[in-house]
Amino acid sequence: MSYCPNTPAEQQEMLAAIGVKSIDDLFAPIPQQLRARSFDLPAGMSEFEMLAKMTALAGSNAQGLVHFIGGGAYDHLIPTAVDHLANRAEFYTAYTPYQPECSQGTLQALFEYQTAICRLTGMEVSNASLYDGGTALAEAALMTLRITGRNRLVVDGGVNPFHRQILETYLEDIDVEIVTIAPRDAACDRAALLGAINDRTAGVLLQTPNFFGTIEELTEIAAAAHAAGALLVASTYPVALGMLAAPATMGADIAVGDGQSLGNPLSFGGPAFGYIATTKKYIRNLPGRIIGETVDREGRRGFVLTLQAREQHIKRHKATSNICSNQSLCALRGLIFLSLLGKEGLAEMARLNRNKAEYAKGLLTKIAGVSLVGSGPTFNEFALRLPKPAAPIVETLLQKGIAAGVPLGEYYPGMENCLVVTVTEKRSREEINLLAKELEVAL
Amino acid sequence: MKLIYEQSVAGRRGTQLPACDVPNAAPLAAALCRSESSALPEMSELDVVRHFTRLSRRNYSVDTNFYPLGSCTMKYNSKGLEAAADLMAPYHPMTPLLPGGEALAQGCLGMLHGLGSLLSEITGMDEVTTQPLAGAHGEMTGMLLVAAYHRAKGNRKKYVIVPDSSHGTNPASAAMVGYEIITIPTAPYGDMDMEAFRAALNDETAAVMMTCPNTLGLFNPHVKEICDLAHGVDALVYYDGANLNAIMGKVRPGDVGFDVIHVNLHKTFGTPHGSGGPGSGPVGVKSSLVPFLPNPRIVRKGDGSFAIDRDNPRSIGRTANFFGNFGVMAKAYAYIIQQGKEGLIRVSEQAVLNANYIMSQLKAYYDLPYDQTCMHECVFSASRQLKHDVHAIDIAKYLIDQGYHPPTVYFPLIVKEAIMIEPTETESKATLDAFIETMIEAAKLAESNPEILKAAPVTMPISRLDETKAAREQNVCCIG
Repeated sequence: MSYCPNTPAEQQEMLAAIGVKSIDDLFAPIPQQLRARSFDLPAGMSEFEMLAKMTALAGSNAQGLVHFIGGGAYDHLIPTAVDHLANRAEFYTAYTPYQPECSQGTLQALFEYQTAICRLTGMEVSNASLYDGGTALAEAALMTLRITGRNRLVVDGGVNPFHRQILETYLEDIDVEIVTIAPRDAACDRAALLGAINDRTAGVLLQTPNFFGTIEELTEIAAAAHAAGALLVASTYPVALGMLAAPATMGADIAVGDGQSLGNPLSFGGPAFGYIATTKKYIRNLPGRIIGETVDREGRRGFVLTLQAREQHIKRHKATSNICSNQSLCALRGLIFLSLLGKEGLAEMARLNRNKAEYAKGLLTKIAGVSLVGSGPTFNEFALRLPKPAAPIVETLLQKGIAAGVPLGEYYPGMENCLVVTVTEKRSREEINLLAKELEVAL
Repeated sequence: MKLIYEQSVAGRRGTQLPACDVPNAAPLAAALCRSESSALPEMSELDVVRHFTRLSRRNYSVDTNFYPLGSCTMKYNSKGLEAAADLMAPYHPMTPLLPGGEALAQGCLGMLHGLGSLLSEITGMDEVTTQPLAGAHGEMTGMLLVAAYHRAKGNRKKYVIVPDSSHGTNPASAAMVGYEIITIPTAPYGDMDMEAFRAALNDETAAVMMTCPNTLGLFNPHVKEICDLAHGVDALVYYDGANLNAIMGKVRPGDVGFDVIHVNLHKTFGTPHGSGGPGSGPVGVKSSLVPFLPNPRIVRKGDGSFAIDRDNPRSIGRTANFFGNFGVMAKAYAYIIQQGKEGLIRVSEQAVLNANYIMSQLKAYYDLPYDQTCMHECVFSASRQLKHDVHAIDIAKYLIDQGYHPPTVYFPLIVKEAIMIEPTETESKATLDAFIETMIEAAKLAESNPEILKAAPVTMPISRLDETKAAREQNVCCIG
């Protein structure tokens, strides 16, 4: 199906107006020897045939798996209104709000998004979103290098391993030392981490709840980082912030995280968004787009892209980052989600998550030979140790339609018997009971 | 219009959550819990629906207005693509990473692999990674691949060459990877000055980054020579795919000699721009760079099933949480199979026809610094209007009053008072004619009554904004 509207007669009129005979003449600037050697693609099709093909593709995935897995992507409720509002074509078929007078819808929404992120994290300034949680962590790390002029990072091993891999990839070609502190009992090894912070350290990076689900209190680590002249970067799961202390109140200088849990579908891992927020003094070091409030010629309030002198289209190679886009529509979904839930709704959602996870924790640890890894407080995920390797057990349950958890051996050598179980508000008591029953059978 | 926070009423709720069907957990230690409220808005569902519906009406968009924003390829985003992505939305990205999980995600893995194969054929590259999350992210991934290639060969490389007409992301992406940038001026014929290029190229050149057609909308006839010269010093050549919409089926970057490219699915392949994202920037490489592609890679096994290869020791590592912006890729995949071979060729032909038509009709009224057949976009200068103290921005704002999203203005930086028009293939002659008419009116007003242009826009909820105040006060978050 073609979406090119001009009829052959119209095309002829246009060619005549241009003063050429054929469309081929317009491609004359391309030398013949540079022409495509192949373009071997299938024939096109109607929308209906395309959708039948996509339906068949989707159907070759397993359907209706019960998710007790997270790993950075979470199966949460999404109110129907999120889809309806974000699917308004005025939002999804617009582009970056470079012309503010005809883009106030996007600009005000992103200003409101920035405000929501500040209120959740306790920070003073937020940008208009980054790609995802992992790249947001890497951008935050780069910020600490720029701000301190130092080149050493201390990273807690409880940070999502995928996010740490992104960090390593981003920093591969620049002169930075990354010191990773192995976790102990599913929590930060505080003595080791504090001991690793020195006067060459630019940033200390932690995640709470961490990859095992353990909630980390950051006040002491923030104090140690600040005493050494380093910054504390805290990666947080935004649904948990309905309940947990805001990163800024624990002393974090930069708060980052993945926003998928706020109103964005799993969608096999993307698109969603990453958030980044900090204190006002570091605003010029923030990467990406920022929306600011101002007034028009009549003194009416309006919103614009601001501090663009940090960005690549002005600063080119001296920009704070190469990032050009944000994940605007996904951030909008996050804002609509937070507006529909509201302050009490997000707190209630957080309580539901923790209640269900604690219920599952109690049930699963009653199974003979199954115990918790560590004793720290958790939110909606926790690490279990099984009496035998976790991978075959997870595989067995997967065949029964239950994604029971993420085996840890691949990410943490030595933890082959362990897995992380995630329980969101979408999991019913019956599903949790079934998980416990099937796990017991499999063991 | 009030902010959503200014409409909040204490105690109002918009969403009811399911009842808790398990016992309440013992409370967490107070030190771990938030002491202050999150201060999110408290609204009814209708309040929220009305607020965002009203906000949406303050936007121009492709569905409501002609949007000839140069360099951005604001084509029509067909509705079927949204339905295609919805079909693929429920799947968890960890599923195939679990033991035995690959078999349960064959549809998603197969689609990613299929999209990679289609993009490889369209661009003439050997393999594509779908991981990069946007065009600039693809550029950075490409530069990481370049660095890995040189490191593996023991090459000592320091510089990346870019033309001064390049997108700002090109030098910024190369700088992220630690390269120093050498910028080559544009020659009078509209492309990188070959003398200056030859002089700048040496054994320490890591890569040359090119956009082709370039940001002036011109196809560089020297592009093969540039590739050959670069390869002569073992520098790699990067193709910024921002303008791929002009040349599908006509030229393949891989055939010309480019080593690494990114494509913008949100430009060329019909996926919506979402008010500034999400995009998707798959990267294609020649075989020499395949060993360095990001982990995880999707591979097709001998039995035809799809698997994840995550043990690729020479890989640059990981560049995104999971497999990239999968939902965007589902739309691009649907777009490509719907268009097919002939459809994609038609896309480029009609995009080039539309751009040349606009150029031919406006060049009597606006200066055209590089007057030659263009590809998918054309770049005028408002320098003639500047004599009447009318700037490109004034013309842009006048267009808003007439119901058009303005073209890109002040880019590329090498054209004074640039007006960069990219109509795309999905616009009809009638739409183009009406736009041309309005542009001619603007040119006439610049001479007869420039005050109308300088006062514009007057039909929007707000007039021109004080950008200096925004930058000075840095009020980026609603207090209270």
